[in-house]
Amino acid sequence: MAGNNRRTVIKIDNVNKKYQTRKGEVLALSNVNMEIKENEFICVVGPSGCGKSTLLNMIAGLLEPTEGHIYVNDKEVEGTGPERGVVFQQYALFPWLTVLKNVEYAPKLQGLRGKALEEEAMKYLKMVELEQFASSYPKELSGGMKQRVAIARAYAAKPQVLLMDEPFGALDAQTRTQLQSELIETWEKEQKTCFFITHDVEEAIILATKVVIMSARPGRIKEIVDVDIPYPRTQETKMSPRFLEIKNHIWSEVYKEYLEVRK
Amino acid sequence: MMKKKKGKIAQVPSWLWMCLSLLAAMALWILIATSEAGGVIFAEPWEVVQTAVDKIRDGTLWGHVGISLFRVLTGFCIGFILSIPIAILMGWYTPFRKIVEPWIQFVRNIPPLAYIPLVITGAGVGEKAKVIVIFIASFLVMVVTIYQGVCNVDTTLIKAAKVLGAGSKDIFFQIVIPASTPFILVGARLGLSASLTTLIAAELTGASKGLGMMIQKAQGYYDMSTVLLGIIIIGVIGLVMEKFIRFLERRLTGWQETTGAQ
Repeated sequence: MAGNNRRTVIKIDNVNKKYQTRKGEVLALSNVNMEIKENEFICVVGPSGCGKSTLLNMIAGLLEPTEGHIYVNDKEVEGTGPERGVVFQQYALFPWLTVLKNVEYAPKLQGLRGKALEEEAMKYLKMVELEQFASSYPKELSGGMKQRVAIARAYAAKPQVLLMDEPFGALDAQTRTQLQSELIETWEKEQKTCFFITHDVEEAIILATKVVIMSARPGRIKEIVDVDIPYPRTQETKMSPRFLEIKNHIWSEVYKEYLEVRK
Repeated sequence: MMKKKKGKIAQVPSWLWMCLSLLAAMALWILIATSEAGGVIFAEPWEVVQTAVDKIRDGTLWGHVGISLFRVLTGFCIGFILSIPIAILMGWYTPFRKIVEPWIQFVRNIPPLAYIPLVITGAGVGEKAKVIVIFIASFLVMVVTIYQGVCNVDTTLIKAAKVLGAGSKDIFFQIVIPASTPFILVGARLGLSASLTTLIAAELTGASKGLGMMIQKAQGYYDMSTVLLGIIIIGVIGLVMEKFIRFLERRLTGWQETTGAQ
């Protein structure tokens, strides 16, 4: 699955990020180096406050590194770009637009109009099986449905890289496992490079080709674990010996970092 | 037993409640007007109706209502049109906010009556002065409310629009404006009510016509039925404006998650 001959899409080169707070300077990320290849599914786990969201926001172009560089397709990131889509934990749907108009947002900015625009948006609504809710407003949907619309909206922009910041973090356990399965299915059908942040170790392993473990603040990359479990993965995969083995390893590493935070 | 009663109350349609409320008010009014102490100040309802009919017949009432509405609406509209860009500029451009906000906070707490002499000296006793006073009063209320709305725009929505490819212009017109619409409408409602409140004050600046003037003059002749007529008309105008804004709110901000004041 993870062949080394694939093209590098994201290159994170010696990135540091410092924040100015009232108590002085805080180092959020320290010497982060990573290469993400085409169609890899990267999951990042680590204790809260380890800077994983900061890293995602820098790849998205919403924040700038204090030192170091981030390259996407060999070009240094300067602001947001159409090749990078983001799914936020809080859905961030535009509440005054219908579900369909939300999904149409990016294709419309890209110049599509009329029938073609609607067909394009409907295609992605069908992908998340919400076509019958096209004319509903976000407030009429459940949390899980909202996040599926947000995923459809991000896909409709046709990004090469999908950045997801704890997208299922606010959902109940049942909806979360369902959306995980749907996301793997979609990813297998429409291959994309994914960068997915979570604090849920099981979620990371079931989704990812590689799991990145980050240390407590200042955030550093502690270890990158290859998840050598073949796709298609289902909920039963979570019972397999290999899955449990990887889970134990990652969990003990993450737990050490939690203890670090509590010190 | 109690449950049954509750169910019956819920079954009464809202228009019937409205009628009951009106009838109760009427009854209260008549009670006060026929009592010894209240009779001195309160004219009876039919006297007020008679005054209204007389004033409609001789054509003077519409003149008063028309000119007052003109002043309120002109002052309010200028205030509304100016408050939106200024509030957004305050929300988006820090140096502008730092300089302008203290002025607004300062002037906001001064009752319009206090600066009427200043406005008359500057603008004379004509229509201009009245419109200016109403404008200042409504503008201040609206700018403060709309500014709060602009500050409250969810930054995640702006980020989401950015990553979907929106430029600054798109973000302004497609995100900031619709996201602030609820606050703009609340501002408009407060602004209209401030305009109406200021109307009487503005009409004290030597008006020859207008509802405030009508009330003022009638007081001199001890003509309480005209005073009451003026008060009721102002109340009705306020109610109609309120209903209009509520209608706009339902049409424009029905998408909101919160089921706010109904």
